[in-house]
Amino acid sequence: MITYNDEKKTIKRRDRFRNYQTGVISGSMKVRNRISNGATYIVLIILNIIALTPLVYLVGQSFRAEAGAWSSTFFPKTWTMANYKRLFTETPFLRWYGNTFFVAVISCAITTTFVLAVSYAFSRIRFKLRRPMMNVMLVLGMFPGFMSMTAVYFLLKILLPNHFQSLLSLIIVYSSGAALSYYVAKGFFDTVPKSLDEAAFIDGATRAQIFWKITIPLSKPIVIYTILTSFIAPWCDFIFVSFIMSGVPDVGMYTVSLGMYKWLEREQIQQYFTTFCAAATLVAIPITALFIWLQKYYVEGITGGAVKG
Amino acid sequence: MDKNNYFLMNPFQKFFYKTKRAIKNFPSALAGFFMAIGKGIARLFIGLGKGIKDYFAGFAKGNALTKGSYAIMGLGHMGRGQVAKGLIYLLVEILFVLYMVFFGAPYLGKFFYGFFTKGTVGITETADYWNDDLGIYEKIVGDNSFKIILYGILTIFMIFFFLAIYLRSIKESRELEEMAKDGRKALSFRKEVGELLNEKFHIPLLSLPMLGLFVFTVVPLVTMIIIAFTNYDASTEVPQHLFRWVGFANFRDIFGGNSALSGTFLRVLGWTLIWAFFATFSNYFGGMIVALLINKKGIKFKKLFRTIFVMTIAVPQFVSLMIVSKMLTAGDSMEMSGIITQILYKLFGFQLKFGINITHTRIAIILVNMWIGIPYSMLICSGILMNIPADLYESARIDGAGPVKTFIKITLPYMLFVTGPYLITTFIGNINNFNVIFLLSGGGPGDLLKYTSGAKGTDLLITWLYKLSLGVDRNYKLASVIGILVFIISATFSLLVYNKSSAVTKEDQFQ
Repeated sequence: MITYNDEKKTIKRRDRFRNYQTGVISGSMKVRNRISNGATYIVLIILNIIALTPLVYLVGQSFRAEAGAWSSTFFPKTWTMANYKRLFTETPFLRWYGNTFFVAVISCAITTTFVLAVSYAFSRIRFKLRRPMMNVMLVLGMFPGFMSMTAVYFLLKILLPNHFQSLLSLIIVYSSGAALSYYVAKGFFDTVPKSLDEAAFIDGATRAQIFWKITIPLSKPIVIYTILTSFIAPWCDFIFVSFIMSGVPDVGMYTVSLGMYKWLEREQIQQYFTTFCAAATLVAIPITALFIWLQKYYVEGITGGAVKG
Repeated sequence: MDKNNYFLMNPFQKFFYKTKRAIKNFPSALAGFFMAIGKGIARLFIGLGKGIKDYFAGFAKGNALTKGSYAIMGLGHMGRGQVAKGLIYLLVEILFVLYMVFFGAPYLGKFFYGFFTKGTVGITETADYWNDDLGIYEKIVGDNSFKIILYGILTIFMIFFFLAIYLRSIKESRELEEMAKDGRKALSFRKEVGELLNEKFHIPLLSLPMLGLFVFTVVPLVTMIIIAFTNYDASTEVPQHLFRWVGFANFRDIFGGNSALSGTFLRVLGWTLIWAFFATFSNYFGGMIVALLINKKGIKFKKLFRTIFVMTIAVPQFVSLMIVSKMLTAGDSMEMSGIITQILYKLFGFQLKFGINITHTRIAIILVNMWIGIPYSMLICSGILMNIPADLYESARIDGAGPVKTFIKITLPYMLFVTGPYLITTFIGNINNFNVIFLLSGGGPGDLLKYTSGAKGTDLLITWLYKLSLGVDRNYKLASVIGILVFIISATFSLLVYNKSSAVTKEDQFQ
């Protein structure tokens, strides 16, 4: 039974459909759209301001002339470049920066090679131990990565008796487990059509040639993603470097994260807070720029990984 | 609801149906997982048993050359034209024998010395011993228990690897004999090496990464798992002391044997799960809403908005989190406090006791985590939102559904469906989220009445593990036990992913 209300609904629906088809937007809808867009802009701008506040504070404080850790105003009262000057003249910051860069470049090269090699092997080559290996690696990945550090530390002490608290140890720690993070790249390789491989195979190419000349050039996004994440990792790591370098008297061996962390400890913070801000600004700018420049590839990598689970 | 009705359900009901089913099936899935691990080990032994049978059968059938290669690896290869390969096998055998005689066997002996009797790991303790001949106390450097466990594990792995190579060499030797009988010629060494770039390309690809994984992940990890069954802590620090095997005593302690410790464990575990829940869902829904706002039709400067959000991911966490932690600090007076604490006090008269009051600190941490976490999930959600078929929205609009209704009826079910696995992976990631907790609060504030062994009010299991491995509260055995428990928790939640992702792949009628 069709009631009056139903009929009214049907008419409304028909009108909307017509409007939709012809692209006619009624006056009231226009106003509503404008209001909702305006509200969206306001919310987005507020959220963006919240997102930026700590970063603006950080940069502001790096130019603060007043000493001490605490300030009562958001922006400094007097501005100065002295903190930056101090960074390069009185602290080993430049050494730390160099150390981190060195470790990042080498471990990025090793990690990228390892990850791509393992992902390709698991994605394309069917060999007897493939499944068991993938399962074992899955289980290994479920242990907290930090759990084995006590033993790794001990092992490094045996392998590098005089240099176990060194940048070399850091490179080993960052890159030796690279194989475990194969799944994002493997997921990508799985989507590269197999027919290309087969065609090349018929033309007499070997597996190695297919890998270098076909798969890798076609996988630019995932190669860049792997390079980006593995290059940034040493800049952001705190947990492993603090373990490896625990009790090292020579602060010149530190990376930026560990050295700067020490500046904010209770005994040092009054003296070093503004220096920390200056250093943090100098670390954050290139990393952020790199990240934003390559964000397209980063997004591709994380979404690919997320949807496949 | 039975299965027949499934196709009639709306997406929401489908989601709940699936979730319910996943939870109902969960115990059996869990049992299945651990059974699978057991089965894997069992299969290993069955394979080994079959190998041993073949081993003796092959010896009886083989000719002199094959029989000889049972003792001298590679003899069969050398005698049948594969000289280089045979020499490599021989070299492997010689190296293994040397390794075992001079290194492996002594450590293995000490490893098993007290293993079955709950005795010490190692035999002699470093101490001053009375020397009767000289009439003085003499310092004798004893065994290092940790080294014994590490090398013991290494040796056990080495034996397995060697056995695998040994059995392979014998198998090949027998095949070569068969081939010689049929008059076929064996592959030349050059050709076999060439195969490494073709059919066996996985060997050069995998060998170095796997070596790294084996030496710096597998061996240390197994060593640390074994440590959970010893009494290794600061009071039995190596090399001055020997520690001993204690069986499951550490596990009994943490599950009630030691009430202070088990109370601490339950509190830390409880907060870890609460944190992971709130961190995951606040970021997820926040990210989804931000993504919807940015992708709304008619909004300009999408790229600019997104880039500004991305900046909070791009800035290294130790920078962004530490500056925020200092902005929140509550000092002795307002002048000694962070800027946000001061502003909150001036504007609202609210005293934020970050780092003093556990509840304040916990809430602040969850809020700050939204700051760095929402942009990340926004990126993920943006990609998926684009994939929602546009005609779904169009027909909903024609039916007169408003934005809220569209969100609840279309967007949310679709998102939950596609990102189910992602949610669980994020949950596991948050259980292990060291940076946010450690850099923001350092685990503090403490409460000596409720927490022992160095744990504090906002510590997660993972930050507690860190404190137990380093610093004043070193307790390696407890750290290992916690590591194993974190593994069990992560494995349990990962199981949900595999349940769900198979559901997603099979599910193709979601339109």
